[in-house]
Amino acid sequence: MIDLLNALVVLSNYVLIPALAYGSQLALGALGVTLIYGILRFSNFAHGDTMAFGAMVTILVTWLFQGWGISLGPLPTALLAIPFGIAATAVLLLTTDRLVYRFYRQQKAAPVILVIVSMGVMFVMNGLVRFIIGPNDQRFSDGERFIISAREFKKLTGLSEGLAFKTTQGITIVTAVIVVAILFWFLNRTRTGKSMRAFSDNEDLALLSGINPDRVVMVTWLIVAGLAATAGALYGLDKSFKPFIYLQLLLPIFAAAVVGGLGNPLGAIAGGFVIAFSEVLITYPLKKVLGYLLPDRFEPNTLVQLLSTDYKFAVSFTILIIVLLFRPTGLFKGKSV
Amino acid sequence: MTEPFLIGDAMTGGYGRGADILHDCTIAVNPGEIAVIVGPNGAGKSTAMKAVFGMLNIHKGSVRLDGEEITHLSPQDRVAKGMAFVPQTSNIFTSLTVEENLEMGAFLRRDDIRVTMEQIYDLFPILRDKRKQAAGELSGGQRQQVAVGRALMTQPKVLMLDEPTAGVSPIVMDELFDRIIEVARKGISILMVEQNARQALQIADRGYVLVQGANRFTDTGAALLADPDVRKSFLGG
Repeated sequence: MIDLLNALVVLSNYVLIPALAYGSQLALGALGVTLIYGILRFSNFAHGDTMAFGAMVTILVTWLFQGWGISLGPLPTALLAIPFGIAATAVLLLTTDRLVYRFYRQQKAAPVILVIVSMGVMFVMNGLVRFIIGPNDQRFSDGERFIISAREFKKLTGLSEGLAFKTTQGITIVTAVIVVAILFWFLNRTRTGKSMRAFSDNEDLALLSGINPDRVVMVTWLIVAGLAATAGALYGLDKSFKPFIYLQLLLPIFAAAVVGGLGNPLGAIAGGFVIAFSEVLITYPLKKVLGYLLPDRFEPNTLVQLLSTDYKFAVSFTILIIVLLFRPTGLFKGKSV
Repeated sequence: MTEPFLIGDAMTGGYGRGADILHDCTIAVNPGEIAVIVGPNGAGKSTAMKAVFGMLNIHKGSVRLDGEEITHLSPQDRVAKGMAFVPQTSNIFTSLTVEENLEMGAFLRRDDIRVTMEQIYDLFPILRDKRKQAAGELSGGQRQQVAVGRALMTQPKVLMLDEPTAGVSPIVMDELFDRIIEVARKGISILMVEQNARQALQIADRGYVLVQGANRFTDTGAALLADPDVRKSFLGG
């Protein structure tokens, strides 16, 4: 019985909690990708770097606040700075739309052209971020490090395994839940939200109903700015901030959006967790967990790590390919790619 | 002769820069009337109606609504002027509920839309029962009701229907025609393109038989049905 509990604690500590936090970050990122796909009708490759930009502004404002001595006590100061990150990202996205995407929209450019255009935007944004904050790792988390640390947990429960729950993980999960709740309330209950869904569903009929496409596009970018900056800042807070990491995040984020069904917000969330749990579970050495669960004779003498963490992106990639082969519209019914 | 409420007068034009599809084609309708456009495949029936709604380039002739020249207005602006259009396909928001479809139809209105919505539920009682259901889950006939309902939410003066009975069963078709007559009785002008010529002409105040983008016969629905030439060429004897 104690063995079972210990196994559960090890699994929670190294797999469940990290995957839950990572999944929340992916879900927020994938929601942005899926909204752009549904309404602007292209895959936005610049999304990862949009997240990096939002995170960068959040970091700069955090440092400013820390310099002024403003803090949130046990919570990271970055939470206060996220709204500024969102505002700056909104300005960046609206400017990009005005300067770049609007031109191609008026030309009624094919989606594949917009994808290539977004790659160009990606490189520019990536350069912008590295130019401002540099290519290196940045730490900006402060406040209490743990909601519960491994040592406290051991003392509390008397188990031989510890469970650590980081403040950043808790904040990530709670924030994601709040953001998703607001987003779904907006999309399903407000006039503007419904008009966005209508526009995504049937553009011609939306125009015939008098829905203003420019307004829908603008509101979409604003929401995407909120999602991207929040996701980027939370990821940076939980792991660490490095501009290139966000470029690499693009793959699991797209995998999440496609797995869930492109254009379907509910799917993006489900997809985010599917990718996160698969990635963490497959790259985690299960030796310890199995050691507790199996009788001594069967105790594995290898790590039982299915895949080295260096190859974690292969997991997203494999899931992406499997889904595209067998269920191109995703788990929830989205648009086929 | 007084000017009709809505008239597409001697329209000549086509899609984009392509060849002309319509040649001197005239379509008109008065308040409370049902005007039906019939004709063989490829006669330009839908095209004539889309021309009236501003979806193609007319380089000769004009469109006037209540005496006002609207030839160069965009379809969206015509919606604001009181014209409503139900396309033949993709005419509902499939992922939205029935009620949300109706709300979107009234997107331009800033006043209370609940009275209009109740009227539409009275007209199509089945939609009241299904109002929380996604419109894409409904049957063909119910989808057409949603489509017509969405268009009526703007409280239009003219309702334009592109083959409203395409792909529905004969019973549903009769039912839809009854509803359309009911809408016309409220004083709304109805302009309709129909594949089922005989049934459509039976309810038509005016009928237009188009051939190759030009008016061939124009008369009341009953007169066209009685005309031996029309019967022989278009109604199968």
